[in-house]
Amino acid sequence: MMSEVPNLAPALPEIFLACIAMALLMLGVFQKVSDKAGEVRTAQLITKLGIVSLVLTLMLVATVSGGVMSTFGGMFISDPFAIYFKVLILIASAITLVLSRDYMEHQGIARFEYAILVLFATLGMLMMVSATNLMSLYIGLEMQSLSLYVIASFHRDDIRSTEAGLKYFVLGAVASGMLLYGSSLVYGFSGTTDFGVLAAMFSGENAGTHAPVGLIVGIVFILAGLSFKVSAVPFHMWTPDVYEGAPTPVTAFFSVGPKLAAMALLLRVMIGPFGGLIAQWQQIIIAISIASMVLGAFAAINQKNIKRLMAYSSIGHVGYALIGLAVGTESGVRGVLIYLGIYLFMNLGAFACILTMRRGERMVENIDDLAGLSKTHPLVAAALAIFMFSMAGIPPLAGFFGKLYIFLPAIEAGFYGLATVGVLASVVGGFYYIRIIKVVYFDPPIDTLDKPINRDLAAVLIGTSIFVLLFFIFPGPLLDAARIAAASLFSG
Amino acid sequence: MTNFPILSLLTFIPLIGAGFILTIRGETEVVNRNARYVALWTSMAVFLLSLLIWFNFDTTTAEFQFVEHAAWMPEFNISYHMGVDGISMLFVLLATLLTPICVIASWESITERVKEYMISFLILETIMIGMFAALDLIVFYIFFEAVLIPMYLIIGVWGGPRRVYAAIKFFLYTLLGSVLMLLAMLAMYADAGTTDITTLLTHSFPPGMQTWLWLAFFASFAVKVPMWPVHTWLPDAHVEAPTGGSVILAGVLLKFGGYGFLRFSLPMFPIATADFTPLIYTLSIIAIVYTSLVALAQEDMKKLIAYSSVAHMGFVTIGTFTLTVQGVEGAIYQMLSHGVVSAALFLIVGVVYDRTHSRQIVDYGGLVHRMPRYSLVFMVFMLASVGLPGTGGFIGEFLVLVGAFKVSSWLAAFAATGVILGAVYMLYLYRRVVFGELTKESLLKITDLSRREILMFAPLIVLVFWMGIYPVSFLDVMHVSVGNLIDQVVSAQEAAGIQVMGR
Repeated sequence: MMSEVPNLAPALPEIFLACIAMALLMLGVFQKVSDKAGEVRTAQLITKLGIVSLVLTLMLVATVSGGVMSTFGGMFISDPFAIYFKVLILIASAITLVLSRDYMEHQGIARFEYAILVLFATLGMLMMVSATNLMSLYIGLEMQSLSLYVIASFHRDDIRSTEAGLKYFVLGAVASGMLLYGSSLVYGFSGTTDFGVLAAMFSGENAGTHAPVGLIVGIVFILAGLSFKVSAVPFHMWTPDVYEGAPTPVTAFFSVGPKLAAMALLLRVMIGPFGGLIAQWQQIIIAISIASMVLGAFAAINQKNIKRLMAYSSIGHVGYALIGLAVGTESGVRGVLIYLGIYLFMNLGAFACILTMRRGERMVENIDDLAGLSKTHPLVAAALAIFMFSMAGIPPLAGFFGKLYIFLPAIEAGFYGLATVGVLASVVGGFYYIRIIKVVYFDPPIDTLDKPINRDLAAVLIGTSIFVLLFFIFPGPLLDAARIAAASLFSG
Repeated sequence: MTNFPILSLLTFIPLIGAGFILTIRGETEVVNRNARYVALWTSMAVFLLSLLIWFNFDTTTAEFQFVEHAAWMPEFNISYHMGVDGISMLFVLLATLLTPICVIASWESITERVKEYMISFLILETIMIGMFAALDLIVFYIFFEAVLIPMYLIIGVWGGPRRVYAAIKFFLYTLLGSVLMLLAMLAMYADAGTTDITTLLTHSFPPGMQTWLWLAFFASFAVKVPMWPVHTWLPDAHVEAPTGGSVILAGVLLKFGGYGFLRFSLPMFPIATADFTPLIYTLSIIAIVYTSLVALAQEDMKKLIAYSSVAHMGFVTIGTFTLTVQGVEGAIYQMLSHGVVSAALFLIVGVVYDRTHSRQIVDYGGLVHRMPRYSLVFMVFMLASVGLPGTGGFIGEFLVLVGAFKVSSWLAAFAATGVILGAVYMLYLYRRVVFGELTKESLLKITDLSRREILMFAPLIVLVFWMGIYPVSFLDVMHVSVGNLIDQVVSAQEAAGIQVMGR
């Protein structure tokens, strides 16, 4: 049995990405570089190839898929749920690299390792999404995290960036430790790390089986570790500092990629192996969700730095997404999937706007620096307004539909209190989103930002804003994909 | 006519116009002029098209007409469903009438960012028409809430000195009300399995649930109407908004709330309606008396008219909840006439504001000596606002009072004080602004109405007299639908064993 070659087909996209990332690494290392310009050229080349390989992986994911396929002794699964997240993650990574190209060069940190690290982080995320065993889960998670620690401090001469990387590393390591400790407890009390076996223990004819306390403690530890990764309250402390310190495209990446992967994990772990124990963890998720929404709404009000504001905003958004998990039904999970799909585009779009904030070749990050943007850069201002209204959940923009499909299952399942807190928090959150629009549209310009804006940024801005603006016309594809994905999580 | 998607055309033609304005490039002067003309022609075309509805409307049925239906999000059973009945049809026309007038009113007063301004107004028109024609909860909500975006920008970008405060206040107040309504809508969907309004109208919700649903809808509509004590955003928003914004706000947006009560609260939650009717009466009476007194003390013309709007909308809510034919028809009539009259009054303030850049009453006086035509127009609408017989205002107030009297003579008595106070503050305003000696330095060279301004007021004057002298042409439209609505509510209430007053 050991000599048998496992079926590689389900993991083909991951294998492809791993090979190509290593090949690009070699290409970068053996490139003869004599001066700074050569270094930049190499970096640009590798970044370009990185984007291409991500797109190719995306196409592989889309074509290889089909039904539910499990491999590597049940440690790895390819199902519609995983495919859904993989597509989103690959889009996020590709857009991140597009956003990075110009930024890295301007900041004088254009080195080819950056693109490689993004590719490896992406690979880790893809593995997380497909993991069906606590072991493979941890391996994927660590692969992602280690790459992210490095790119957080990629601007190594900048004190804030190194601080961000260090903070992220120390706290991230603690979280990983908690996750690992929780996994070992689960293994100790159940005798397995396999999701399928764990699920069978508490469902079907075994439903209502009394779970040992040690196992519950293990679940709580796993939950804490994953909450850290999605930056949900009370494990959010690192978020504002890391978001502020990391290079802006990296922040953009942090706000979507790892969040998507960790949310996917959270959904799969909670609904799959521990789905039968929903009564044990439901209150925890509800509490986390409410705390995240409320903190995200109130703490952002006083922020001056737009990246910090986006950090709190992302904490709030995680809180909304968690409502769907707290409900624990199939439509709840579908709501989470729709929410995250929409969140990806509006968040990346907002960060593309932030990346245009450059004055005299220097990046500026204060909200007040946006004053009068509507006069100097009308299109960027319009796009930013679209993203902010969307995040505030104002119809007909995409963000509204995200909220709609999150609150709908909550109401259906009778979680009126949770939904009410959610909408009230969204009103408070609405305040700081429209405050940005106020600065952009109502305040007179102080000092204009540089123009013209970079072509890459413009392309991302146009693409994401069209998605957010016109989502309501063709909501079908995303809704369908989310439905199939959610169904596969529950059938498996 | 049955297959002609007239409502969708009405709704989305303004958007096409807005898209067209977006593509205009070139020198600022040329762009501004073209943007104005495109906005004017688009909104005129929409108005002319909307007359088709007026002429083809069947007044003998309470069914929804000009219905359009298309799948939108089929797995959630949410569809794009449009149609109008006797209650909503006139509001659609009100919206299509006021938009071109706003464009004309903004012709010279808006000189900054004209392109964006005109785009905002056309988007606003789309939203208003869509809101009144929507027959699906989610579609309704989208239009209902989307209005925040253009209105926030209109107040904030082109408004007065305290525009930022007013815009944010307006936004947050309205958002807070409507998110609760969204939850209620989701709960209705969870209970009935559909978001189709025509189906929901026949669905009966459990009485315990009705209370909460009613309150959630009330939170939204009370802010929009606005009812005392959540009216405080209105004076701020009105004072700071540019003239066109005030006109649309008073003329159409305030009607969202009244329309919402008629479309949702009454027919869908009849039992809760019976429970909460005393609350509505109380709040409305307070609104009428209190805001009328507040209006009397105002120094700012726009603020005075804003407070008078709150008082007039108090009549609307009273009439709506009397559940008598006269009361409900009076409420709708009052909304329509208020839509015309208050719009005109804001335009009247706008005319002198454009000339002197002051809205303070003390800065005026004796205008009749320099501006006879203006004074005449002002008098017509001032008297219409007071409710002089022969103007549209009279019919609405009279019908509401009749309806109120059928329910309780005390209610009618309190409501009637509003009529008296209304006369007091409006006549007092008119005296201070128009009569007296023309002594102010700034007014010595003030000019009378221009041709553009006369053109802007002419249709409103015709309408206000038409509504006052021959109301049947409007009452006929709503009569069957209102009768049907009341029958439905009353029979549901009687089935639940509730004694209905006034019958």
